[in-house]
Amino acid sequence: MNDSTDAGAPATVDAIARLTDVAYSVGGRAIFDGLDIAIERGKVTAIMGPSGTGKTTLLRLITGQIRASRGLVVVDGEDLGALNRDGLYRLRRRMGMLFQNGALLTDLDVYENVAFPVREHTDLPEALIGPIVLMKLQAVGLRGAARLMPAELSGGMARRVALARAIVMDPKILIYDEPFAGLDPIALGVVMRLIRQTNDALGLTSIVVSHDVHEIGKLADAAYLLSGGKVIAAGTPAALAANPAPVVRQFMSGEADGPVPFHYPAPDYGGQLLGVGAGS
Amino acid sequence: MSLVGGLVESGRAQLRKWGRFTLFTLRLLAVSPRALLRPSLVVEQVHNSGALSLVIIMLSGLFVGMVLGLQGYDLLRRFGSTESLGTAAALGLLRELGPVVTALLFAGRAGTALTSEIGLMSATDQLSAMEMMAVDPVRRVCAPRFLGGVIAMPLLAAIFSMIGIYGAQLVGVTLMGVDAGQFWSQMRSAVELRDIVEGVVKSVAFGFACSAIAVYEGYHAVPTAEGVGRATTRTVVTSSVAVLAIDYMLTAVLL
Repeated sequence: MNDSTDAGAPATVDAIARLTDVAYSVGGRAIFDGLDIAIERGKVTAIMGPSGTGKTTLLRLITGQIRASRGLVVVDGEDLGALNRDGLYRLRRRMGMLFQNGALLTDLDVYENVAFPVREHTDLPEALIGPIVLMKLQAVGLRGAARLMPAELSGGMARRVALARAIVMDPKILIYDEPFAGLDPIALGVVMRLIRQTNDALGLTSIVVSHDVHEIGKLADAAYLLSGGKVIAAGTPAALAANPAPVVRQFMSGEADGPVPFHYPAPDYGGQLLGVGAGS
Repeated sequence: MSLVGGLVESGRAQLRKWGRFTLFTLRLLAVSPRALLRPSLVVEQVHNSGALSLVIIMLSGLFVGMVLGLQGYDLLRRFGSTESLGTAAALGLLRELGPVVTALLFAGRAGTALTSEIGLMSATDQLSAMEMMAVDPVRRVCAPRFLGGVIAMPLLAAIFSMIGIYGAQLVGVTLMGVDAGQFWSQMRSAVELRDIVEGVVKSVAFGFACSAIAVYEGYHAVPTAEGVGRATTRTVVTSSVAVLAIDYMLTAVLL
């Protein structure tokens, strides 16, 4: 299955998040079976894979929104399976997450969106909240947009505001769900630079879920390629690009047909056209 | 056999839904005291559910009162006691029509707004984002909206009844010529405190039911355009039936 690269989760890595032999299924359909992943502290780790391989489900496992049906998920020293709601909320205060569309609160302006976690979790006076929020907005280049409503922002701007909001409580782990989807080249460049800068300047660990092979190649320190509920390749993006396994090559070079077939499973084409298999 | 099986299964599904609703309502009640510690959030929701429903409530109250004036006048004339029109209109409005019609209008105006708002927040990941920021959406989003509805409903029902009585007076006294002194003095001597209490108890109960249903449906809506649409419909249907059923039960107990 795998080769030169170290698929699975090597025990030697200084991992801030580790999934060991994790299984998860929905309605009897297995999404993951025997998943091993280690997210190294301080690095930008990419999770890649074709659509429908459960990349977002993996994020939901790491953030405790869902629980594994088997195996161990340990994040920042806490076993997620053993945490109650309070424990989970305490852990999440050390994590930030960016949703695909930003998920800004539509009834609050940009400033209030970034201030939201601070107001909810602290009793800081307005005189302190103001500078904190403005500093985070400055970091993503949107201090001037503080009084805009989310509906007035472009997709890239919304994601930058969401980034400011995600780092406002100074988390240890930052999680991005498809941060590049639907961005124009300029916005994409901005978001990529911000992910790298944020990670290095704040000493975070970043997890980026994406299927943009090209962007991930430039951004990530390490990458995992998921398919069929398992890790099929892991290592640096360069190692993944050089991986000879057909399924890895198909994904990395974007071939339409291969181990992941172009056609959804269907009855025999000729037979169906002639009406023989129509009833099946 | 399959028919029986189907009935059993649908009965079970219904019971499960009741269970989920009960648990959700208990959770709402459990977090409500903490939500009250942030009065600005609740006040905002009283404004959204209450103040923004005022026009429809006042207009409806006026027309219901005027119809009551016409019908009441015609009915009482057959018994030669048109001077009791004020009493009849006031009792009907305070005890029944005020709370019930207000609740039905509330379900259609404010209830649907609550459900679709929360449902869309869920569909656009806003509730998940809150969860990820370690903020309980039930406490931050659902509880203030629930409390806002519970507070707004009795106030709306009171305004509805007041405008309704004015409407009945408008038709009965101004149009039909009932004596104004009789109209008001009979009303004042016949209407007792317990009549008003009955109306208040009912409208609080309706406010509780309508708000809890609207918030529950929004929070549990399938996070798609279709799912939110269906949830909104369910809010109106369930709330309306609940209001009428609760009305019967409370009337039986309070009379």
